[in-house]
Amino acid sequence: MIKNIPLSALIGLMITGVYFFVAIFAGFVAPYGMAEIVGDVWEPASAEHLLGTDNIGRDLLTRMIYGGQTTIFIATAGTILSFVTGSTLGFLAAVLGGWADQLLSRLVDLLMAIPSLILALVILAMVPVTVPVLILVMGLLDATRVFRLARSVAVDINVMEYVEAASLRGEGRLWVIFREILPNALSPLVAELGLRFIFMVLFISTLSFLGLGVQPPLADWGGIVKENKDGIIYGIGAALYPAIAIATLAISVNLVADWVLNRTTSLKGGRG
Amino acid sequence: MHPILKLIAQRLALGLLLLFAASILIFVGTSILPGDVAQSILGQSATPEALANLRRELGMNDPAMTRYFAWLGGVLQGDLGTALTNGRDIAESLGGRLKNTLFLAFWAAAISVPLAIFLGLLAVRYKDRWPDKLISAITLTTISIPEFMIGYVLIYWVAIKWRLFPSVAIINDSMTLGAKLNAIAIPVMVLTLVVLAHMMRMTRAAILNVMQSAYIETAELKGLSVFNVIAKHAFPNAVSPIVNVVMLNLAYLVVGVVVIEVVFVYPGMGQFLVDAVTKRDVPVVLACGVIFAAIYIGLNMLADIISILANPRLRHPK
Repeated sequence: MIKNIPLSALIGLMITGVYFFVAIFAGFVAPYGMAEIVGDVWEPASAEHLLGTDNIGRDLLTRMIYGGQTTIFIATAGTILSFVTGSTLGFLAAVLGGWADQLLSRLVDLLMAIPSLILALVILAMVPVTVPVLILVMGLLDATRVFRLARSVAVDINVMEYVEAASLRGEGRLWVIFREILPNALSPLVAELGLRFIFMVLFISTLSFLGLGVQPPLADWGGIVKENKDGIIYGIGAALYPAIAIATLAISVNLVADWVLNRTTSLKGGRG
Repeated sequence: MHPILKLIAQRLALGLLLLFAASILIFVGTSILPGDVAQSILGQSATPEALANLRRELGMNDPAMTRYFAWLGGVLQGDLGTALTNGRDIAESLGGRLKNTLFLAFWAAAISVPLAIFLGLLAVRYKDRWPDKLISAITLTTISIPEFMIGYVLIYWVAIKWRLFPSVAIINDSMTLGAKLNAIAIPVMVLTLVVLAHMMRMTRAAILNVMQSAYIETAELKGLSVFNVIAKHAFPNAVSPIVNVVMLNLAYLVVGVVVIEVVFVYPGMGQFLVDAVTKRDVPVVLACGVIFAAIYIGLNMLADIISILANPRLRHPK
């Protein structure tokens, strides 16, 4: 099994693994406390502060580690929410058909007709911005895309003989969804998972950068850019580190997703 | 009626219906969500009487349906209401900003569309050789970084280290076109990079899809050069998917502009929207949201219509 993984996917898996490890054990890995002020404003990199310090003298490496924790946590929670709601509703729409399918599909069409950033901004103008609210808003907005994928895959599977056999021997709809459709729809959904996760990371970073995401003193990658952007004019690159972190994470997750996608297509004999 | 006209009329009707539904969705979003507009204007210390007065003034005691149609009637006559924070007419403050946003988006589109198609063709021509791989690697990187971070990376290098262009894009009506273009050089570069990646990848995929058809093989077997095959046989058949790609990305551009305007302190609609969200100025959020949605829906509709027109099978009915 391990032998068959191409080098690019292996690198991707390793880097992704490191990011998740650091995010989970941020409290042990980080050299200083999250909001601890340990030096001057925008100190250059040194032995004590590997990346220097930020706009109010906190250790930048520590901020990046805790920022990664927040960003990755919110993105993961949002992805899980979007997959659970999106695929459940998508499968349901495919199995039920008729007006339930029409209603759900048209609602998703409508939600997707408005750019998700604009819709998120409209919603965030009304409700208090907290982490659960952010996860809910991003997860539900993104569920529309998962819904479309899950529905289109499930519609194909729903006409297979084994599904017909299952319903003829009297299995209920839940059985059909979880025992017949889900296992067969899993591969394309897993490949999509990586892309959705990256999209979530970009989305939460953008919201935080606009000041409408994670609120200080909590650190997150978008917020670090917002806090340190004024330094750029003086040639201080503190705001650029999150860009490197997000890019490497995104590329490595993409490498893994590509590999999963290739495996899936070859399994299905070339069908996407 | 000519089938093409019928199809186009259907698309137009569908687009209008979608826009209507979207405006309801945005309006409902701002009225049923928890959060009291009167409370957020007056602050926590407001007396109940003051709150009740303001609610009556804002018409918040009317049923949501009445308020929606009053608001929609106003919008159709070009009256977007007044901003809560400064009491100014929204349509007036939006006009200039919308023009600025479209100015920025126009130049980004004017540069990125031809470049994306050219690079897409190049990547197909040298498929699986180094130019293709290089283009793929660069576009994958730009897709993986949020727009605003690309913005700061470019500010850091182009504006601060190399001092080529200004780091903030402040423009006003009295500036000449050249001065304006100089001011928006970096934001245009960022937007170009962002949409270029998506557009180029999708163009490449669209052309590759066509390249696998049987008539391409015939053309190759006739002995045509690779470039001729692409230019004469593949490209005309890929026009419809490419136009679709371009339109989708222009729609994406309209959204990307929101974040980029904040980065470069550009006086456009995106910054207006973000400011209004921060200050919880609901009428402004509503107006900006609907305008962005309308542009987005409009461009998507245009993409549909153009791909109908580009399909020769529909042009010659039996």
